[in-house]
Amino acid sequence: MSDERVENRLFQNRYVVDVGRPHIRVRPHEVPSRELVAMTRVCPAGCYSQNEQGQVEITADGCMECGTCRVVCAKTGDIEWNYPRGGYGVLFKFG
Amino acid sequence: MTHEHFDAIVVGAGPSGNAAAYTMAQRGLKVLQIERGEYAGSKNVQGAILYSDALERIIPDFREEAPLERHVIEQRIWMMDDSGHTGMHHRSDDYNEQKPNRYTIIRAQFDKWFNRCVREIGVTVLCETTVTGLIADEHRRIIGVQTDRDGDGIFADVVVLAEGVNGLIGQRSGLRKELRPEDVALAVKEMHFLPQDVIDARFNLRGEEGVVIEAMGTVTDGMIGTAFLYTNRESISVGVGCLVSEFAKSGEATPHGILDRFKAHPSVRALLEGAEIKEYAAHLIPEGGYRAVPDLVGDGWIVVGDAGHFVNAVHREGSNLAMTTGRIAGETIANVLGSCLACTRDNLQAYVTQLQETFVMKDMKKYKNVPRMLEHGGHNIMDIYPRLLNRSAQTWFRVDGRDKKSKESEILRSARQARGLTGLLGDAFRLARAWR
Ligand SMILES: Cc1cc2nc3c(=O)[nH]c(=O)nc-3n(C[C@H](O)[C@H](O)[C@H](O)COP(=O)(O)OP(=O)(O)OC[C@H]3O[C@@H](n4cnc5c(N)ncnc54)[C@H](O)[C@@H]3O)c2cc1C
Ligand code: SF4
Repeated sequence: MSDERVENRLFQNRYVVDVGRPHIRVRPHEVPSRELVAMTRVCPAGCYSQNEQGQVEITADGCMECGTCRVVCAKTGDIEWNYPRGGYGVLFKFG
Repeated sequence: MTHEHFDAIVVGAGPSGNAAAYTMAQRGLKVLQIERGEYAGSKNVQGAILYSDALERIIPDFREEAPLERHVIEQRIWMMDDSGHTGMHHRSDDYNEQKPNRYTIIRAQFDKWFNRCVREIGVTVLCETTVTGLIADEHRRIIGVQTDRDGDGIFADVVVLAEGVNGLIGQRSGLRKELRPEDVALAVKEMHFLPQDVIDARFNLRGEEGVVIEAMGTVTDGMIGTAFLYTNRESISVGVGCLVSEFAKSGEATPHGILDRFKAHPSVRALLEGAEIKEYAAHLIPEGGYRAVPDLVGDGWIVVGDAGHFVNAVHREGSNLAMTTGRIAGETIANVLGSCLACTRDNLQAYVTQLQETFVMKDMKKYKNVPRMLEHGGHNIMDIYPRLLNRSAQTWFRVDGRDKKSKESEILRSARQARGLTGLLGDAFRLARAWR
């Protein structure tokens, strides 16, 4: 029952992805802030990852729109966060 | 639509927005409600326990139609260590009453129902539409909203911000401050499906009876947080939540890792065995308490529910505060407009005054020091005490040839070792003061 990687869990969820219009962007950076690096662990959907150069990237397709990354990085200005357009994004059947 | 003028625009169709919209329409106001989800509830997450009282004051006969899962007849509170738990169980047949006091619900379905009632009473509901900003006049009075649909905005006498905890509109308009990581918890939750009779047997239930378990202890890895497990009719809601500041700090913990740890715990594992997981969800909970409540009214705007930080984290109450603040905001607006007055800050202040008289503000105030106490002594409460309690219980219950008096001394000794006498007294003092 345990482990199950995040992707397997997200597989159960329904999303309407707004192709080409990600609602979260990470500002370009050389060295990521501590907060941004923390998001690779704290995001409940595993949207954040570090590339080979150590920069933090986001793939927001599995995002559950919780807002945690927005709050964690509010002070650093690392992230540009908006709600998806109406009707797009995660769609909870149970919630 | 764009040139139509409304008495009130409600941003959001969670419990607070639905309560506000319903109340205003019932009193004859022309109301527009805007929700970004495909349907009301599609973005919302809760444990979820519904407290009847708050809804009954809005829709007295809700039990006839609302999608309710089980009524709660048993509450289990667990302090967990790595191998077990010690706790308190309270169960009573008295809860099998005509009008039960608490129910488990499934939020996406519940919100959809509540919002249908809102439409039926005459509110215009616009789903799949995200409000992107507020429109102000030259005196900085709020007069309408901008949405992500084409058009030059929609106008109203007052805007009710029922946008939830991650309320971008109020924050970006400067009506309230950004959330602090110390003031919000991140909760993750899964829906585990099992046949109804299996749930009945595992939890000792009959018919529509339900059990809720609230747990804290070493499962959260020393972080300030709690875990829960609620029985629905044919599913079990399982989740954990910890303060965002704790998650962000450092260490190895991931939200789903903590959830897995709870699910795999020896006290929980067998309850979930064989279940099919059908959804994984995440959401923030405002847990900063009274001190984190922002300004609630201004010229042309009013804040309700999670956006106003109305959650009593100690008692796991949120949706009832959301409905109550929504209802009272709706009544206030109807009174103001009904007296042919404008929705100015001064006139809307009646909302805040009235909240002070209700359980909402009284409870928020009662626990105003709890968040601070946790910030300072949280680790002890989440880790040392649960361990101590479970160890003491073992010492007490194992029969091993030692006399009871020696066991008592051992229990006292180990408490003193873990926290020191001053530590113990200090914790007791801080707890008592925060609880007062
Ligand atoms: C895991 C978890 C367990 C919980 N358990 C319980 C419990 O057992 N009992 C309890 O009473 N409370 C519980 N709560 C708290 C409870 O869920 C909240 O207090 C309650 O949902 C608040 O209602 P609300 O209407 O203020 O906000 P929400 O329910 O969050 O609704 C806000 C609505 O606004 C919409 N919205 C936001 N921004 C925009 C925008 N810009 N444009 C258009 N629409 C927008 C959202 O889509 C959403 O529908 C729990 C919370 C969580 C996360
Ligand atoms: S909003 Fe939540 S789920 Fe989405 S990327 Fe940020 S932390 Fe992850």
